[in-house]
Amino acid sequence: MARITLDHLAHAYKPDPQTPQDYALKEINHVWSQGGAYALLGPSGCGKTTLLNIISGLVRPTRGRILFDDRDVTDLATEARNIAQVFQFPVVYDTMTVRENLAFPLKNRRVPKDRATKRVEEIAHLLDLTPVLSRKASNLTADMKQKISLGRGLVRPDVAAILFDEPLTVIDPHLKWQLRSTLKEIHRALDITMIYVTHDQTEALTFADKVVVMHDGAVVQTGTPEELFVRPAHTFVGHFIGSPGMNILPCRVEGAAAYLGKERVALQRGYLNLPKSERIELGIRPEFVRLQPRGAGLPVWIRRIDDIGRARIARVDLDGRTIAASVPENLSVSGDEASLHLDPRHIHIYADGHLVAGEPLEGRAA
Amino acid sequence: MTDSVAIRSSDVKATAAPLTANKAVAGPRVNGRVVVMTLYLLFLMLPIYWLVIMSLKTNTEITSGLTLWPQNLTFDNYVTIFTDRSWYSGYINSLTYVLINTVLSIAFALPAAYAFSRYRFLGDKHLFFWLLTNRMAPPAVFALPFFNLYSAIGLFDTPWAVALAHCLFNVPLAVWILEGFMSGVPREIDETAAIDGYSFPRFFIKIFMPLIASGVGVAAFFCFMFSWVELLLARTLTTVNAKPIAATMTRTVSASGMDWGLLAAAGVLTIIPGALVIWFVRNYIAKGFALGRV
Amino acid sequence: MTKTLNNKAWFLVLPVFLIVAFSAVLPLMTVVNYSVQDTFGNNQFFWNGVGWFQELLDPTTDLGGRFFDSLWRTLLFSAIILLIEVPLGILVALSMPREGWTVALSLVLMALPLLIPWNVVGTIWQVFARGDIGLLGWLVNHLGIDYNYTGDPLDAWITIVVMDVWHWTSLVALLCYAGLKSIPDAYYQAARIDGASRWAVFRTIQLPKMRRVLLIAVLLRFMDSFMIYTEPFVLTGGGPGNATTFLSIDLVKLALGQFDLGKAAAMSLVYNLIILAICWVFYTIMTNVDAKNERAEA
Repeated sequence: MARITLDHLAHAYKPDPQTPQDYALKEINHVWSQGGAYALLGPSGCGKTTLLNIISGLVRPTRGRILFDDRDVTDLATEARNIAQVFQFPVVYDTMTVRENLAFPLKNRRVPKDRATKRVEEIAHLLDLTPVLSRKASNLTADMKQKISLGRGLVRPDVAAILFDEPLTVIDPHLKWQLRSTLKEIHRALDITMIYVTHDQTEALTFADKVVVMHDGAVVQTGTPEELFVRPAHTFVGHFIGSPGMNILPCRVEGAAAYLGKERVALQRGYLNLPKSERIELGIRPEFVRLQPRGAGLPVWIRRIDDIGRARIARVDLDGRTIAASVPENLSVSGDEASLHLDPRHIHIYADGHLVAGEPLEGRAA
Repeated sequence: MTDSVAIRSSDVKATAAPLTANKAVAGPRVNGRVVVMTLYLLFLMLPIYWLVIMSLKTNTEITSGLTLWPQNLTFDNYVTIFTDRSWYSGYINSLTYVLINTVLSIAFALPAAYAFSRYRFLGDKHLFFWLLTNRMAPPAVFALPFFNLYSAIGLFDTPWAVALAHCLFNVPLAVWILEGFMSGVPREIDETAAIDGYSFPRFFIKIFMPLIASGVGVAAFFCFMFSWVELLLARTLTTVNAKPIAATMTRTVSASGMDWGLLAAAGVLTIIPGALVIWFVRNYIAKGFALGRV
Repeated sequence: MTKTLNNKAWFLVLPVFLIVAFSAVLPLMTVVNYSVQDTFGNNQFFWNGVGWFQELLDPTTDLGGRFFDSLWRTLLFSAIILLIEVPLGILVALSMPREGWTVALSLVLMALPLLIPWNVVGTIWQVFARGDIGLLGWLVNHLGIDYNYTGDPLDAWITIVVMDVWHWTSLVALLCYAGLKSIPDAYYQAARIDGASRWAVFRTIQLPKMRRVLLIAVLLRFMDSFMIYTEPFVLTGGGPGNATTFLSIDLVKLALGQFDLGKAAAMSLVYNLIILAICWVFYTIMTNVDAKNERAEA
């Protein structure tokens, strides 16, 4: 049971890092609170596995400290950290039975046999492994093996956190959601901090209370799934999360209006202090862009309309920019000319990729 | 329920050893491993070192007392070998039968390995076992019958006799090494080539061979090596004309008045073919010795 | 990969079948032929039935006594070198460097003795272990130990065993190393997280993953040591006395030295049958292990 604090943590695999590019993991400050269910989301190569290995102690960070509660564990070996980890490919001890596998961490820590046996049975029950306890672990299916890996972490009552490194990679699709809900149940039942690394947004958003999105070795946003959806702090988050991702449109901002080429879009906030030299973009999710018959709104050409099951998404062309927009259910589209309505509450302005808060417009009508 | 097993923190306290490397190192302390490795390699190298420096000493220096390196460096022993026909012809004879054997073994093994890697057929399992037993057969058992056989067909004391005799263990070896490499080539390639209108021989030479080139190299190396290191059959099947270097050396050993320097130089020269190519096959040595089964 | 059933594949295997049959079956038939006949010389043979075999397998006769002496000697030798080379090979494999240029260097140096002609291996140790001109013999003698491998049977045995360890331990080590390399890093990481000791890692991860290669290593080392000929022949010539006369050396003496064809042929056949039997046992175990692995992976 512990709160995990990352304090000015950074890591480079090269021995003598100079530029930020040398760092696989750029400086990060973060607190994982006790009992939270976190997801670490990002594309492959973004540094999330490095971060996970630093937390578990398999990699020592180049700079910064890592604290469990108030204890500095930066230089502590893995086995001294009370951390459990479930790997991408199931790791089981082939020659042992499931029972022996589960008891292995306790045996190594010289827990008395009767207590160990009792604990193993409890955890086996929790993971539905009781029927296979006496079987050889090597002959089981991948999802069973992953449960055993997890179980080996759970049997240790002192475990501070469980780390998952893309644990569903080799699991059959129809068993994935089942295993994931088992994880949720266990999280609720045991009140253990869980950190779940994945590149799959669905896995991250359904598992976690809080999602940490990483991009290019840095954390770009931490928030609840809803926050990530409604208010992406970085164009990468907007683009990476959501299906289809956020529309990111280069624009020019003057006061409370953005210009997409010649077209003017009214904004709800003022952006007087935008940095001049940087790349300015307007971001809005397709869910908040509505296609409507030609008339008021931005004039666009319809390229195609995709039915993605729960909604219809139109790809339209606005002055050379491609925009994804949602098509209202009752709208029947004829011809390829239409208009767009952008919900002003959900328009965000980004400078060089980062969200700009803007100032409230005082005393002026929106 | 999480508290049902209370483990005192002292139970799980481990030494706070700082991690020395970024990558997980999964062994005992580095020192122990280095010590074992150094001692072992020293044990391997010392006898070879001794042979090499002896070949560079004069016989007087060798017999007059122990010196750790040559006091009077001499290449006379090597000069003798390269100028005396009775010596260097031994190398030529050895190389001749070894090369014939290597070519024969690979040529015979290629189609068979392809068959084993691609098809099931009547008796394939039994054939494997039979080939395995031939790799394991003691040359001593075959020495006498081979002597009779090759005398009867007039090949005695020719390189062909030794080359054919060594096929006994080299052909099975080549089959199984090549089979291992061929199984690594997806069958889809065969099918695609057939669809593209390649005849089987053209497919085999134009497309398949380049894909398993490294396998052929490894198989050839091991055929070469096993033929090169074998002495019993080679000595039994030759007398004068095709006498291998290994046999020439044995004669010197049993002669009175040992020429130690010359013996050592001849020995060093037999190590050289292996030492030359070892770098290129270093990752395949286990595979080669284990009949491609690793 | 599922293979297709195709009996035409036999045409591809036929050349190998013929050449190996020519090299293996034909000579063996000669041996069988000799083993049931006796001769007065001058190519006059007459039927002797199973006479040679009866004599060979009866330890009270000259031939039988000699055969069983060599057989026990050879089995003892195989047992000793297996007991030394397998644990030592595992230890060396575990001590191999994990990365960097030292890996290649270690591999090359380790493989070197494997590629030296067997008679030269004998020669190297013949010289190296001599008391007068060899480093090893000289050192041992100067430590005050009376050591002479040409005169003392025990010294001869020790020298041959050390020579074989020198010659072949690398093979066991290289095979084990190949087995160890196939273990993913995650296993070691999981073991560290589970708090496994070094010994537990070896027992639960490394040894199980090495089981298959160890089986091959034991098979190869047993077979090759069971038919060892050249190295002890060069080093000791089977002596002093008959102390290091192994089965192969004895057989060659009988066949090519004394031209006692009937006896030699009978001995060859029994020798070959023993090897065949052992081969079959190993092959069965190996196929079982493979089948089990495949089932585990499926």
